[in-house]
Amino acid sequence: MSERLSVFKTYKLYVGGKFPRSESGRVYEVTDSKGKWLANAPRSSRKDARDAVVAARKAFGGWSGATAYNRGQVLYRVAEMLEGRRAQFVQEVADAEGLSKSKAAEQVEATIDRWVWYAGWTDKIAQVVGGGNPVAGPYFNLSSPEPTGVVAVLAPQESSFLGLVSVLAPVIATGNTAVVVASERSPLPALSLGEVLATSDVPGGVVNVLSGGTAELATPLASHQDVNAIDLAGADEVLAKELEIAAADNLKRVLRPQPVDNWTAAPGTDRLTAFLETKTVWHPTGSLGAGGSSY
Amino acid sequence: MASVFEYAPAPESRSVVDIAPSYGLFIDGEFTEAADGKVFKTVSPSTEEVLSEVAQAGSEDVDRAVKAARRAFEKWSALPGSERAKYLFRIARIIQERSRELAVLETLDNGKPIKETRDADLPLVAAHFFYYAGWADKLEHAGYGAAPRPLGVAGQVIPWNFPLLMLAWKIAPALATGNTVVLKPAETTPLSALFFADICRQAGLPKGVVNILPGYGDAGAALVAHPDVNKVAFTGSTAVGKEIARTVAGTRKKLTLELGGKGANIVFDDAPIDQAVEGIVTGIFFNQGQVCCAGSRLLVQESIQDELLDSLKRRLSTLRLGDPLDKNTDIGAINSAEQLARITSLVEQGSAEGAERWSPECELPSSGYWFAPTLFTNVTQAHTIARDEIFGPVLSVLTFRTPDEAVAKANNTQYGLSAGIWTEKGSRILAVANKLRAGVVWSNTFNKFDPTSPFGGYKESGFGREGGRHGLEAYLDV
Repeated sequence: MSERLSVFKTYKLYVGGKFPRSESGRVYEVTDSKGKWLANAPRSSRKDARDAVVAARKAFGGWSGATAYNRGQVLYRVAEMLEGRRAQFVQEVADAEGLSKSKAAEQVEATIDRWVWYAGWTDKIAQVVGGGNPVAGPYFNLSSPEPTGVVAVLAPQESSFLGLVSVLAPVIATGNTAVVVASERSPLPALSLGEVLATSDVPGGVVNVLSGGTAELATPLASHQDVNAIDLAGADEVLAKELEIAAADNLKRVLRPQPVDNWTAAPGTDRLTAFLETKTVWHPTGSLGAGGSSY
Repeated sequence: MASVFEYAPAPESRSVVDIAPSYGLFIDGEFTEAADGKVFKTVSPSTEEVLSEVAQAGSEDVDRAVKAARRAFEKWSALPGSERAKYLFRIARIIQERSRELAVLETLDNGKPIKETRDADLPLVAAHFFYYAGWADKLEHAGYGAAPRPLGVAGQVIPWNFPLLMLAWKIAPALATGNTVVLKPAETTPLSALFFADICRQAGLPKGVVNILPGYGDAGAALVAHPDVNKVAFTGSTAVGKEIARTVAGTRKKLTLELGGKGANIVFDDAPIDQAVEGIVTGIFFNQGQVCCAGSRLLVQESIQDELLDSLKRRLSTLRLGDPLDKNTDIGAINSAEQLARITSLVEQGSAEGAERWSPECELPSSGYWFAPTLFTNVTQAHTIARDEIFGPVLSVLTFRTPDEAVAKANNTQYGLSAGIWTEKGSRILAVANKLRAGVVWSNTFNKFDPTSPFGGYKESGFGREGGRHGLEAYLDV
């Protein structure tokens, strides 16, 4: 009896809740650390990037307007789905990063735990960074964090899964929507993550995943007038500077690349607050005296 | 101006302030000439009288000041927070003591009414220093880690509309967190910053902790680009803000920007009309409308448009324009000939594009820079006067029918600094406030400020917050 021939997966982009190929029809060869062919990944074009921004913008109102509790539940659901696909991600991360099965398993476990951590943040961050301000006058004054909008995320190049989730989860936990450019050399875990998000009640368009040339995709995203912020984690020094200059055209919030030796270290709240705005609302407190309302 | 009420002049005395014929740059605790000997004149915009001649900083002076700030940083940042706090408390107190002098000075140099400098600018300046003084020894409780570190030397560039208040917003948090500063005031309003240098001297502030460099845009650009500056804070135009963002790209400099605005002031049909009219007037005519968070677009619900505009026009007819030092003056002078030209040109464009212009009967003084309170009706969202920041006493009136339409119109701008909501319905306030993409939302009030209240914009109005606990972040290595 001959060995059964396995079924390969066609890796596709994840945009607006659907799985399109690149409109350009281009693919590129993805290999493991030893150079063995793994898959043909879509080589996205600037048009794909623009389509992803449109999808992210369309999803922003609903996602940012959802209750923080609801966002937390949806993100926790992502962790549940990841757990179910654990073996698949271990294989993909092992191939992508040249790790042993046990090392890859550690990465995947840390990734799932990070989703859980961020899922719990959705309904806590406002209390940590917002609050009432004791102004010197008869006014109620409240500062609250709000998501910045559409965030372009250049995923880290080396850490294909834990690094990816460490930069993506905080962006959407706070109510932003994201266009993610996967690690150029190791995009497969990111593309598979799209399949997980699609089955986790994350509304289409909240996360959009593109694979291809980081510089080719980052340039139109950095200069896009309907992108509000950009995380440059996956850009090298030269590219990061070019992108930061382009981002100034509409004053995007820019998170510069920071050296990360160890993605398993506790992340803190910096990535949550990087893409938050602070809104402060005033209202007179009025008066119950004979004069009635004081405004 | 013609008025229902005639008032006798009630000028505040100029004798409370002694302006020297010339001032130097303030570097390393000393007043000094510019390296190239350049000077410029600062004039009173209400009379065009030359007030003083001021040294004009160039790139060599910027370098000198940054070096002084760098030298001072080591000791200043190592001081116990409680000691830094006491310096700032001293400064706050001296400002209170000298507040009438500073108010008159600011009115002379800026052109805004004494009523405003005396009752708004100066009290807020002192309060800001007092507030951040108290933070200096409590930073470990601010939510930025157990031992938050300062950044180093802060390069700060401020505008002319609230000269001393913008200085306070920049210097108070920077010093409280242990940074040292080089600050460039605007070329049309350098004097109050130079008086502040004297306050630093009186407070015994160590030399080099605060350096003041009067000058033009070239000095600001040199300061922002200086390789030994760790932090850049800018308040001013969006165009310059973008240029600064490009300049600091690829460096490790931390940047905060507080830029332009085109704030929507939304009046619903159930709003108390008289209070709303007062809020509209405060929103756009405070400081001659030269306010980044001005409510320069009035969005009025269609059903009350006529009633509201009648009330508003009646109210505008009672505004008193004239001598800024007169205690009864509501509308002072425009800050400079250049700004007056910009306002004039945008207003002409408004008429040319088909909007309907109205001003109360209003006699303008024969010298100085003046612009009558102006409102435009028949304005559409496509009009230049509905899109561009005018930075003058010019209100564009648009209408809406539903709350959704009001929100859509309010957010239809590149800016996102401020907005106002007028309605008696609490749930509508909260729903609309929630949807507005603006950093400050005033409901049933407008143009209120407080040192504890974070201020700053969404979108192209900039990023980062000034004021409150949030304002510390801009000056900490977090």
